[in-house]
Amino acid sequence: MMSTSNHAQTDRTPVSDADVCIVGAGPAGAIVAQRLAASGASVVVLEAGPRFDGDRREQLERHVRPGLGTPWEMGGPRDEFTSSGESFYPLNAGRVKGVGGTTLHWQGMVMRLHERDFELDSRHGVGADWPISYTDLKPYYAAAERELGVAGAVDNPYAPPRDEAYPLPAFPPSYSDSLFAEACERLEIDMHSVPSARNSEPFDGRSPCVGYGTCKPVCPSGAKYTAESHVEKAESAGARVVDHARVRRLEHDESGTSVVAAVYTTPDGETHRQTADEYVLACGGVENVRLLLLSASDQYPDGLANSSGVVGQYFMEHLFAGMGGRLDRPTRQNHVGFNTSETHQFYDDSEPVNGLKLEFLNYAGPSPVVDALHAETWGDELRTQLADAYGTHIAMGALVEQLPRADNYVTLDTETTDDLGDPVPEVHWSVDDQTRAALARANEIQASVMDELGVDVEWTVGPDNTGPAFHHMGTTRMGTDPETSVVDGECRSHDLQNLWIAGSSVFPTGGAMNPTLTIAALSLRLAESIQGRMP
Amino acid sequence: MRLTRRDAIAVLAGLGIVGGGAVAIDRFDPPTAESDDGDRDDIPQAVVVSTMVAAGEVVYPSETEGIREFVEAYVLGRTRDEERGAQLRAAAAELDAVARDWHGEPFSDLPRDERDSLLRELGADTADPVADGTLSERIRFHVVNELLYAFYASPTGGRLVGIENPIGYPGGTESYQRATTAETEDG
Ligand SMILES: Cc1cc2nc3c(=O)[nH]c(=O)nc-3n(C[C@H](O)[C@H](O)[C@H](O)COP(=O)(O)OP(=O)(O)OC[C@H]3O[C@@H](n4cnc5c(N)ncnc54)[C@H](O)[C@@H]3O)c2cc1C
Ligand code: SF4
Repeated sequence: MMSTSNHAQTDRTPVSDADVCIVGAGPAGAIVAQRLAASGASVVVLEAGPRFDGDRREQLERHVRPGLGTPWEMGGPRDEFTSSGESFYPLNAGRVKGVGGTTLHWQGMVMRLHERDFELDSRHGVGADWPISYTDLKPYYAAAERELGVAGAVDNPYAPPRDEAYPLPAFPPSYSDSLFAEACERLEIDMHSVPSARNSEPFDGRSPCVGYGTCKPVCPSGAKYTAESHVEKAESAGARVVDHARVRRLEHDESGTSVVAAVYTTPDGETHRQTADEYVLACGGVENVRLLLLSASDQYPDGLANSSGVVGQYFMEHLFAGMGGRLDRPTRQNHVGFNTSETHQFYDDSEPVNGLKLEFLNYAGPSPVVDALHAETWGDELRTQLADAYGTHIAMGALVEQLPRADNYVTLDTETTDDLGDPVPEVHWSVDDQTRAALARANEIQASVMDELGVDVEWTVGPDNTGPAFHHMGTTRMGTDPETSVVDGECRSHDLQNLWIAGSSVFPTGGAMNPTLTIAALSLRLAESIQGRMP
Repeated sequence: MRLTRRDAIAVLAGLGIVGGGAVAIDRFDPPTAESDDGDRDDIPQAVVVSTMVAAGEVVYPSETEGIREFVEAYVLGRTRDEERGAQLRAAAAELDAVARDWHGEPFSDLPRDERDSLLRELGADTADPVADGTLSERIRFHVVNELLYAFYASPTGGRLVGIENPIGYPGGTESYQRATTAETEDG
């Protein structure tokens, strides 16, 4: 089948006199690009993947109908990787390469980290402190919520302090939330809304949600935020965004204090050098590491920005815990593809110290159309099967924090190369006992709710069968000490004065909140810092 | 339960295809190809439509009415995508050819239970759907799954199994809040 990605852009040569070169067009890079282009800087964005033009019909079909491949064309020779840890790490399920980055596929839950997340070491003697506090980031969180068009309500008693309403009204709770509410009330568990980067009404020239129910991996209506919005705005403000431009190394000057070029290869096989005054790495938590390590030089044999030796270390994920089953009543699942209630009541507990948040799912159990396409029969028999299978499923999810550990890391697998001949990323990851204990705690709370509600539990995801939520954090950590961290509190590398890192790789700890609002807030702050250095 | 042209257009709209089936069938009959380069451009649309309708009568629940109107509109919209349209037409024509070979009749003239067993004998019930695969895989993809998608991604088909706003159908943000299945699309 024809692909929507194309090589339509033909001129992929470097921009002369660029002020800023950004590598990666996901939200981390696109937000920096938009801000700096709007302030008058000459900005070029180099993006490894394609532009997915046109409507999202092909991705929708690929998602719903078996036999059409993956929606965002991930997993070819370009995307080779090695998983070497105790737990297999399915990297290509957890990222997208293209204009918009992984937000093309994401779910779009966006919440702020809690105050304690910035000071876990001081408060609890675990993990690390951030060099910045929640108060430092607070105005940028508010700005990030405006940028992403977050729909939310100020109804969460456990959320950190905020000074303003959300830009869009929250999505009302689902019918199944109302079923959970009765049980949670008896258990004294407070439910509240979920901030969502998804239009509850028209916003920013994009449609309101129309209920396709396929948010992850594709929103055909454009209601779900993707970083394509910021790419578009950056381009209108004069930025040049080059797709199919794979940056393979960064070169530095003789003194080793500045980056002088980003070297990239285009589909015609040509290799180009983009020069600029400032460089922003925004390739996601795995490829940021890879590019720094691929940029090793005589002066920096262990890779760029790595005099500390910690580039790649402290890889963290959020772990999923879940439980579900069937109820004796209709539960009305799979109408929409996002959740409308969570509880953050247990997030700040010190036993376990790992953050944990609980989700009430709106997409438990099967979808009849998807089941029909996999069924081995049709006609009346199929109809009966589908009607029996659908209707009474109910489930909860949870995300659990994993603390930073040096033995979870990303490095280069020098034995394996991609289609350009460059070593691929190796993810070495396992789930430690402390995280397992926190997963067990999440299951315990879920079990109490299921029991109170009278659910016949059919499945549990917990310590022994957990999986990652695809949040790649911690691998170029932020800190004040150049001996133990990669970037400073402004996200600028300690070693090279014009190299900045955007994205969740700078998180010293990851809490248990989905990371992208924090990524966006840090990008806005980083753009301001670069702006301050411009003539 | 009656399917309508409107249901088909709703599913097509969800797929980004507008105005499916608004035009009469014969408009879509491609001119008879002179060349015989095997690209199956010469397959009459009427054969494609009648074969798909006849297959719809097998794969849809027996109480379904309005299958002809629904499938016609859906197939016409669907075959506007050149590559997919050509593959779908070819798969339908092959199914028809097998029926003529084995039973001496067009697929659409066979009694319903014979159509059902023919599809099963071809392995279309258990084959993986593959757009350019073996005959059974192609029939599963372009005939069986195309028809099942159209049916169960439509509000009318979905309602029959309990969900009036199925995945793939932009049925709004009211239904997820309601306790019961709405009787009609609008209320
Ligand atoms: C299934 C799923 C669900 C998710 N749901 C949520 C959610 O609900 N809430 C939330 O907050 N987060 C969620 N996330 C995570 C979220 O998508 C990421 O946090 C976010 O996209 C990271 O932004 P980024 O810009 O740092 O990286 P990315 O979005 O991954 O973008 C990086 C870009 O850099 C490009 N790139 C990489 N290497 C190079 C190179 N060498 N040269 C040029 N370009 C390069 C890539 O092609 C890519 O386009 C989800 C992720 C997945 C997979
Ligand atoms: S339910 Fe999800 S996919 Fe559908 S329109 Fe709303 S945001 Fe988009």
